[in-house]
Amino acid sequence: MKLQSRHLLGLEGMSKDELTLILDTAVSFREILDRPIKKVPPLQGKTVVNLFFESSTRTRISFELAERRLSADVVSFTAAASSVSKGETLKDTARNIEAMKIDMVVVRHAAPGSAHFLSKVVDANVINAGDGGHEHPTQGLLDMYTLREKFGALEGLRVCIVGDITHSRVARSNIYGLLTMGAEVSVCGPETLIPRELEKFGVQVYHHLEEVIPKVDALNVLRVQLERQKSGLFPSLREYHRFFGVTKEKVSRAPKPITIMHPGPINRDVELSADLADSEHSVILQQVTNGVAIRMAVLYLLGTTN
Amino acid sequence: MKVHLKGGRLLDPVSGRDESMEFLIVEGTIESMGSRVKADSSYTTVDLTNQIIAPGFIDMHVHLREPGFEHKETIETGCASAAAGGFTAVCCMPNTNPAIDDESVARYVHEKGKQVCDGVVDVYPIAAATKGRLGVELSPMAELAQAGAVGFSDDGSPIASAEIMRRAFEYSSMYGIPIIQHAEESTMTCGGCMNEGYTATKLGMPGIPPVAEELMIARDIILLRYIPKARYHVAHISTAGAVDHVRGAKKERLHVTSEVTPHHFSLVDTVVESFDTNTKMNPPLRTREDLEAVKEGLKDGTIDVIATDHAPHTIDEKEVEYTQAPFGIVGLETAIGLSITGLVETKVLALYQLVEKFSTNPRTILSLPAVKIAEGEMANLTFFDPQRVWTVDVSQFKSKSKNSPFHGATLKGKATGIFNNRKLLLL
Repeated sequence: MKLQSRHLLGLEGMSKDELTLILDTAVSFREILDRPIKKVPPLQGKTVVNLFFESSTRTRISFELAERRLSADVVSFTAAASSVSKGETLKDTARNIEAMKIDMVVVRHAAPGSAHFLSKVVDANVINAGDGGHEHPTQGLLDMYTLREKFGALEGLRVCIVGDITHSRVARSNIYGLLTMGAEVSVCGPETLIPRELEKFGVQVYHHLEEVIPKVDALNVLRVQLERQKSGLFPSLREYHRFFGVTKEKVSRAPKPITIMHPGPINRDVELSADLADSEHSVILQQVTNGVAIRMAVLYLLGTTN
Repeated sequence: MKVHLKGGRLLDPVSGRDESMEFLIVEGTIESMGSRVKADSSYTTVDLTNQIIAPGFIDMHVHLREPGFEHKETIETGCASAAAGGFTAVCCMPNTNPAIDDESVARYVHEKGKQVCDGVVDVYPIAAATKGRLGVELSPMAELAQAGAVGFSDDGSPIASAEIMRRAFEYSSMYGIPIIQHAEESTMTCGGCMNEGYTATKLGMPGIPPVAEELMIARDIILLRYIPKARYHVAHISTAGAVDHVRGAKKERLHVTSEVTPHHFSLVDTVVESFDTNTKMNPPLRTREDLEAVKEGLKDGTIDVIATDHAPHTIDEKEVEYTQAPFGIVGLETAIGLSITGLVETKVLALYQLVEKFSTNPRTILSLPAVKIAEGEMANLTFFDPQRVWTVDVSQFKSKSKNSPFHGATLKGKATGIFNNRKLLLL
């Protein structure tokens, strides 16, 4: 069993077997992370470039760590420190870097489809680390990994994604991956932040947390961006917090404890109350740890079979 | 030059003829025509067996990019592209730099058309409706009309202000020249790069809602009821709702006409999943339902014209991230093929209706003289083979730009030649 594509551009269209392969592979890497010596040799001699055209701390560090722990040579590139600010196109940047003979590219970019675009113009394996509002496949995988670790299986698991679905790549990758794995997925957020025809994906749409909380096992709470308020999509952070913020008080009404996830960074007491973020039902830090294992698995599977 | 056209089938909506017809053309003038004409050896014979002879096709929505953007297209390469696509005339949109918003630019474009490609393609400028296409002050419409402008439009942008639209309607009505609206309520489309709906949701792409087009058309029709002397033409109609609005306004006998591009009756928004920037245009590709509604509109006459919105961009400009890419595709050289494949083969239109949409209707809308195919008249003809199967290869395009989503497509129907301004061009 190996992955169909030599790139990881998104979870849409990936089979249950492929997703399971990545999750299973990550289990053994997760175990390595608890060892005193965390470095293994599979990517020795391979060069990975992290191309980050959008600011990101945790995803970039997570990828860098994963790459180094697989013994790859790593170069990281952020837009502010690059020739992009001088007007160079994404294509030129990528081809220039590739001309330096690299094997894999991890790309984060604000435009949907930019990872697809890169995969067509360079020969290296491309891993999408977030393309605009489209997909963030390793985040989707690490969320699934964390849920599987906690609940044992994804089949039949009830997960609600809360917040700005329209602009969220995390939401899309979670929806594609979880549905393929047989989970029940719902979303909850203001109507203005729910994209049109989302129901067609097989996703239940809610606008009231109290309605959905009794029906789910886990809430994946998304970060809300202040700039959405400025473009008229919701009235104020205060109102957002009151009606869509996930708080201890709201989840306490559930018949059994609900697992809380967040892709980070958290706006404390906006989309998620601080006490809940730090509570025993929060798996937010496990998500971060698992993220390294998932990225090792993806890099390993793409970097060694092709 | 003396030419004997034989073997062709004349399809002329003006005279209502659909029959085999031979022509003798001397120095561009039709000397005689009939089921059989006598030609001596001084005539060059052109065999048009299996081909249609139609009044010259005109594409009333083309971006020639000159002046200002000659790296994308020039009047010369644009006319060469038009000729290769079977058009004897084009109307060029004013979003050049400077914009076609004063007499000198309008005259320049019109005259330049006569100097390039042996003058075989007539170039009619569509002038800006407002100065600089900024939507604030009316352009000098009377002067522009004298300089050869056949329509007024801020195409690329809508005439957004209701007040300015009202005044543009009033002022242009004195000259019987249509206002051609790029219908888009811009407050709803900012940042959008594809049709809002299922596919955009799937791709996480900022959407352009269909209602943004429909709102603007609805508003304009309400204004037109108030100023019924004006003439209103909807450019590149693309949604089912927009077709309904135009159909309703026509029932009221308002002076409303509309056009559709070949890509809007050939492709739907799911093709954006390829992230190919040659699927990015404005208005965007819509849904299957919209495509069917547009075909219905063509069939029942709600949509009068097929026009390409030929919008050349260089490879470097298009080969970028989808959200960064400019809107638009080239269309002149695939228009006949796409129309026969998508409309005639599927029985949406008969061939003579196709000729109306490509030739007679746009000329009527723009108050251009009808092409007369009769003895003593100047020949202005398009030849095409409705059965010819061919594969689109952008490297063969005469246009300077190659931005077409139809590269590699197999089409039925192809232009085979044009005759205009005393020149015969066989393809």
